[in-house]
Amino acid sequence: MSAVQENYLWLIPLLPLAGFLINGTLGRKLPRVVVSTVALLFTAAPAAIVAWLWVTMCSAGAPDAIEVVSRPWIAITGLTVNFAFNVDHLTLIMLAVVTGVGFLIHIYSVGYMAHEEGYWRFFAYLNLFMFFMSVLVLAANFLLLFVGWEGVGLSSYLLIGFYFKRKSAANAGKKAFVVNRIGDLGFLLAMFLLIVHFGSLDFSQIFDSITQHPEWQAQGAHFLPAICLLLVLGAAGKSAQIPLYIWLPDAMEGPTPVSALIHAATMVTAGVYMVARCHVLFNSSPLALTVVAIIGAVTAIFAASIGMVQHDIKRVLAYSTISQLGYMFLACGVGAYAAGIFHLLTHAFFKALLFLAAGSVIHALSGEQDLRKMGGLRTKTPITFWTMSAGVFAIAGIPPFAGFFSKDEILYRTFTSPNPLHITLWIVGLLTAGMTSFYMFRLWFKTFFGEQRAEQQEGSVHESSWIMLLPLVVLAFLSVVGGWIGVPSVLFGSNHIEHFLDPVFANPGAAEVVASTSGHGLELALAVISVLTALAGFYIAYLFYYQKPGTAAALAERNRPAYALVSNKYWVDELYNVALVTPLLMFTRGILELVVDRGIVDGSGAAAGATIRGLAWLERKQISGNIRSYAGWLAIGAAVVMAVMIFGRLHWGTL
Amino acid sequence: MQLALFIIFGALALGGALNLLFQRHPIHSALSLVVVMMSLAVLYWSLGAEFLAAAQVIVYSGAIMVLFVFVIMLLNAGTEHHTRGSRAAYAVGIPGAAAIFCLLSFVFLSERGALMSSNIGGDLGNGLDNIAEVSAMLFTRQLLPFEVTSILILVAILGAVVLARKEQ
Amino acid sequence: MVPTAYYLILAAMLFSIGIAAFLIKRNVITIFISIELMLNAVNLTFVAFAHMWHQVAGQIFVFFVMVVAAAEAAVGLAIIISIYRTRQTLNVDALDRMKS
Repeated sequence: MSAVQENYLWLIPLLPLAGFLINGTLGRKLPRVVVSTVALLFTAAPAAIVAWLWVTMCSAGAPDAIEVVSRPWIAITGLTVNFAFNVDHLTLIMLAVVTGVGFLIHIYSVGYMAHEEGYWRFFAYLNLFMFFMSVLVLAANFLLLFVGWEGVGLSSYLLIGFYFKRKSAANAGKKAFVVNRIGDLGFLLAMFLLIVHFGSLDFSQIFDSITQHPEWQAQGAHFLPAICLLLVLGAAGKSAQIPLYIWLPDAMEGPTPVSALIHAATMVTAGVYMVARCHVLFNSSPLALTVVAIIGAVTAIFAASIGMVQHDIKRVLAYSTISQLGYMFLACGVGAYAAGIFHLLTHAFFKALLFLAAGSVIHALSGEQDLRKMGGLRTKTPITFWTMSAGVFAIAGIPPFAGFFSKDEILYRTFTSPNPLHITLWIVGLLTAGMTSFYMFRLWFKTFFGEQRAEQQEGSVHESSWIMLLPLVVLAFLSVVGGWIGVPSVLFGSNHIEHFLDPVFANPGAAEVVASTSGHGLELALAVISVLTALAGFYIAYLFYYQKPGTAAALAERNRPAYALVSNKYWVDELYNVALVTPLLMFTRGILELVVDRGIVDGSGAAAGATIRGLAWLERKQISGNIRSYAGWLAIGAAVVMAVMIFGRLHWGTL
Repeated sequence: MQLALFIIFGALALGGALNLLFQRHPIHSALSLVVVMMSLAVLYWSLGAEFLAAAQVIVYSGAIMVLFVFVIMLLNAGTEHHTRGSRAAYAVGIPGAAAIFCLLSFVFLSERGALMSSNIGGDLGNGLDNIAEVSAMLFTRQLLPFEVTSILILVAILGAVVLARKEQ
Repeated sequence: MVPTAYYLILAAMLFSIGIAAFLIKRNVITIFISIELMLNAVNLTFVAFAHMWHQVAGQIFVFFVMVVAAAEAAVGLAIIISIYRTRQTLNVDALDRMKS
């Protein structure tokens, strides 16, 4: 049976690749029905295979991990890298998210992009993204993961800049790619260090090597923290953490399904997945873990503060994504990898739902994205309203919706972690939860309640078609029940997901001890505190935006400098521009363009041309048509040849 | 005696060549060349190549040079006019020729020891006549080139006839 | 007992004189004659070496050189005749139609 499974593993990434090739090459000529059928088929098939994988790997007696290795990719002395896929329980969860949510978003896109030009291009790129993301989560070594890593960055660039005729979209795509690249540099350097110190890029080899050498951590070997910090740089680029988060808000220039799939559910979670996958590596370096936790917490609260004052519905969701990713990083930073992955899972459900519902709202208002121009949609678009509400309640962390269980688990584990900063981190996390609840309900109230502020005629605001609503309903259902796989024991659940991921994150020492000694009382108390914070956020939003609609504006007026700071995103983009971009451009234009490009490169080309012309002029003078001059040149040439033959012997041996 | 032969006929050949160089009328150059060829025939004989000496006299100077003389007379070639030709020929060519001569003599003189001396006449060591030697090689091992040269001559005849024909 | 080197140097001298004549003379027939002189010099070299190595191959080669020289002289003179018919001159400097 395992042999059969192994063969089918390759189909998971290769089917979307085939879809990309078909749609990419022939899509322009094919009718839209065929394009969407191809795209959906080649996304549904991997989803089915993943479902079958789940069944087989969850049955009794199934192995904890399957590995499939192909012919060697790089086989030189000192390094061997294979095309190898590894499926363990962590991969199963990621694959479920990628293929399942991916498939739903494909369905949604059929309806959303129905009137766009470049329809075939969209689905081609989307399938390409599915290919790379599958490779990323299935990879069994760093190099193959990096292939997927780079590939999703490429697909992201292509899809953000989908409306390439718009300058802002093209710039956003460029920005995303360049910032990602900076992170990738960190990843590459980490890989080089891994090769130097471990001689391999294989996960199992490296992790076994680390567990067999506990003295490396005890002796304070420097290379382990170095590798981890470089990997964190890469993850920060991909998962939009400080300092490389700036691309994600701009990435909202892309179509909404792209934001849902790539910038909410899957690509941005690649960094978290990588940290979780390398947990053995990170556990060996407490410094790196602390850095990860701090980055996560700071990003979470930072992004939440910006998200509170944004006016574009998609920007609010973008900053919310950054903030929630910060939570996941925080979880990994305190060693609660299972909790981080749990939050990744639930976040995929409700964030994708929120983005898709936002898309439905935008679609209903024929392209309007500004919150200040929305309102009163509750009656006009009921299904969108109910499904989006499910998402909003989930992200705010209100039980029994999905977000509560995962966020609460993170906060609990932060509070009880042995990290010296654990109280501070917990407070930051709690505040962020409150701010999350506040800005999500602000969005909820401004979009669906109150009088209609949109400049539309009454009749044109319409509900979306069933093909767009179906994924919304499915995701809403998942947002409600999705958290129930992780109900902790204190609330009479059995925390399935933690146990499911035990074979991966098997670290029996720390986690269980903490759980048993702190007792259930603490956990319950913390849960109550987080629920109260969420409800507080709801109440404040209710006050500001429903009961007394002018309060927020008045507050902003009174604290003008603070408001300006936050609404201008702390001027981070401008700071980067001045500090990094402008000097770089000056260097490029001044030195590289003028001196190197025009001077040396063009100059040598021109010099070569001038030389040839000079030689040709000389030659023209020589070919005079006179036989005797030819004979003269012949004689001298013969003399030279003879001289070379005679005297060359002395210098160069036998000639 | 071989030395005397060499000096006399070598000088004769050299003189004929120089005369060829300095004469104005082509007929004088042609006849000088005949002198050179005859001297060379004697030198061949002194080096043991009797067949070649005979061939030199009969074929080379007896037929080819006669052909040259006929053409000179046919075309009524007169003394050369002084036309300014190319400077390259003098500026580059004469030094080239001198260089070739110097290089060759340098090699020959420095290898003097390896080149040994020659006895007058004599056979090539197989006890046969020179002509027997030549024909033994020519009609057995070099038969194909021999036959090909006959075709070559045939082609040359045809070519010459065609080229020199009057336009009709 | 003449050293073979002397024969070779004589041949070298004849060859150089042949080249000089080729460069200096203006009548195209005289140039042909100088070519024949060069061929003769080469023949002398071959015969000298054939005598030195006691092999007949050198003399065979001379035989073939003579044959080729004959053929070449015949064709070349025919060409000269046809050139004279068209250009009415035997001055080699006047034959410069290949000028670039």
